[in-house]
Amino acid sequence: MSKPKPRQKSSLWLTALPLYIFTLLFVLGPLVYMVVLSFQQRAEVWGVLNEYTLDNYLNILQPVYLNTFLQSFKLALASTGCIILIGYPFGYFMAKLPGKWKGRMMLVLMVPFWTNSLIRLYGWIIIFRANGPLDALAMGLGLTDEPLKLLYTYPAVLVGMVYVLLEFMILAVYSSAEKMDWGLVEAARDLGASPLRAFWTVTFKLTLPGLLSGVILTFIPSMGLFFIADILGGNKIVLVGSLIQDQLMRAHNWPFAAALSVILMAMTSLMIALYKRITHTSELEGIL
Amino acid sequence: MSTPILELHQIEKSFGGTRVLDGICLSAAQGEFITLLGPSGCGKTTTLRIIAGLEDPDAGQVLLEGQDVTAAPPEKRNVNTVFQNYALFPHMTVAANVGYSLKLKKRPREEIAAAVANALALVQLDGYEKRYPSELSGGQRQRVAIARALVGRPKVLLLDEPLGALDLQLRRQMQLELKALQKQLGITFIYITHDQEEALNMSDRIAVMRAGRFEQIGTPAEIYDHPRTSYVARFVGEANVLQGTVAGRDGDVLVLDCAGGCARVQAPKDAPAQGAPVTLAVRSERVEFDRTSDCGLPATVREKRFAGGMLRIELALADGTALVASRHGIDLPIQPGEAVRVWWQPEDAVLVDRDAPGVKEAQA
Repeated sequence: MSKPKPRQKSSLWLTALPLYIFTLLFVLGPLVYMVVLSFQQRAEVWGVLNEYTLDNYLNILQPVYLNTFLQSFKLALASTGCIILIGYPFGYFMAKLPGKWKGRMMLVLMVPFWTNSLIRLYGWIIIFRANGPLDALAMGLGLTDEPLKLLYTYPAVLVGMVYVLLEFMILAVYSSAEKMDWGLVEAARDLGASPLRAFWTVTFKLTLPGLLSGVILTFIPSMGLFFIADILGGNKIVLVGSLIQDQLMRAHNWPFAAALSVILMAMTSLMIALYKRITHTSELEGIL
Repeated sequence: MSTPILELHQIEKSFGGTRVLDGICLSAAQGEFITLLGPSGCGKTTTLRIIAGLEDPDAGQVLLEGQDVTAAPPEKRNVNTVFQNYALFPHMTVAANVGYSLKLKKRPREEIAAAVANALALVQLDGYEKRYPSELSGGQRQRVAIARALVGRPKVLLLDEPLGALDLQLRRQMQLELKALQKQLGITFIYITHDQEEALNMSDRIAVMRAGRFEQIGTPAEIYDHPRTSYVARFVGEANVLQGTVAGRDGDVLVLDCAGGCARVQAPKDAPAQGAPVTLAVRSERVEFDRTSDCGLPATVREKRFAGGMLRIELALADGTALVASRHGIDLPIQPGEAVRVWWQPEDAVLVDRDAPGVKEAQA
């Protein structure tokens, strides 16, 4: 291949300049600020002091905060598990629909997306609240004699998480399965694989990038989506996201909030690095 | 006579009300190279998919070594396919692709490695074990697909236009290699192509397909020299097809009234009676020119041109029917606009379309 001429190079650089400036100002800048902030000392009442310390990170090691991380992690694990169980088959079968139905299905998926998820979550409050529709249904079917009192419980938060994040998994798996050449499954069968073997050795392996990217798209947000825990969990369930928001908005402890954010971001980066290692690609499936 | 390796009995198949296969019958002997030849959409691929078990026939039976496998899923049939687009697993190395079927059979690892190396050597891809399909050229992928299908030593190998995506030079080379491979292994090949030259070059027998039926099944020589229908005559080797009536008989030769002249053809056993309408096929390279022949057809030369080492002379007969004559590499002293007489040896012409279309194969 021939090397690009210097002139082309410089004009290319110029064209991309606004992009660099934007990235510098709005992505890299705040990021660096956040990292710096996380090493600074909190001022007595408001703002930060120009002194540097590791206290904010050591602070996280306190049992109460570690517990928050653990609880968040468990909830994220549970919700991602549920999302995989529902979302993978959903995306897989959607990719197998005839063309006309794919479009319709996509529309059905997208319409709720256009509504603010906060508003949709308030809908769940109505469903979950004592003597609400869910209780009425459960009691009507004779499953229980008393109201389930699901609102402000762990299951309610879990349902909310799954509900809000499921879509990302479906779309990620769908885009992966859509690209797949189903002739490969036939080739596997032809070579002696049972339907299950063919699925496991070919279909699953080829849709794994979609599944993993779905996991990243759901696991990380479910550690941080504090408003779901707030709305459906009351004050009982505190997630890392809620903690950060709390430290920032109520306690005004910006450095500690920054340190928590840095840890969360480090976890995210770790997961994406793992994803790259497994799938040999840097593109997340299902993000347009 | 031993049991045929593969038999198809009256296979029928429709897709959404369209009949794709209409009573396909075929029987293939051990080690035979059979080509299904026909234009796209004639049902070749569907026939292959039914043999592989990837498609269920609406009616009819598929027999492998005398066993009815019509209802068996593809993994239960000792038949492998080389797919048109190769269908290599993109997430597996060449070695994993080729060894896939053996791994499913839970063969020991060393045995798989040896068989894979052996299969890759057969297709001259030694040392490519660790590559991924995306790192191979079209011709190499094709070889991997063949190695993958052959490694388990199937009873029958199905090949769906395996050379379709390759350039002409590579095609020719692969034709020879495939044929040599098939002879060496003694595996029955069912080969699909729409290229008549490929079919004539490689096959023990050719089944010419048309609209879901076999028009004629025979050796390349039979198909080429004795086409049974005008369709076969035209599809294989571009023959001239003429209409005429029987004027008389001269020993073994039938004399026909044809396009304002006289044509001769070898009389078949059950020769048609005088006055019967017949269809005649004659290969373009067998058409001769002679201004004074006693039996011949008057014609006008329309065009003369060289194409790929062939001299092609296009003529119009007295009734306007187009006729093509061809020669290999030599020029003829004939110019466009000239009036000539064309004729051929009676044994170079053949009567076609003598029975209803669609041939039921009788012999095994």
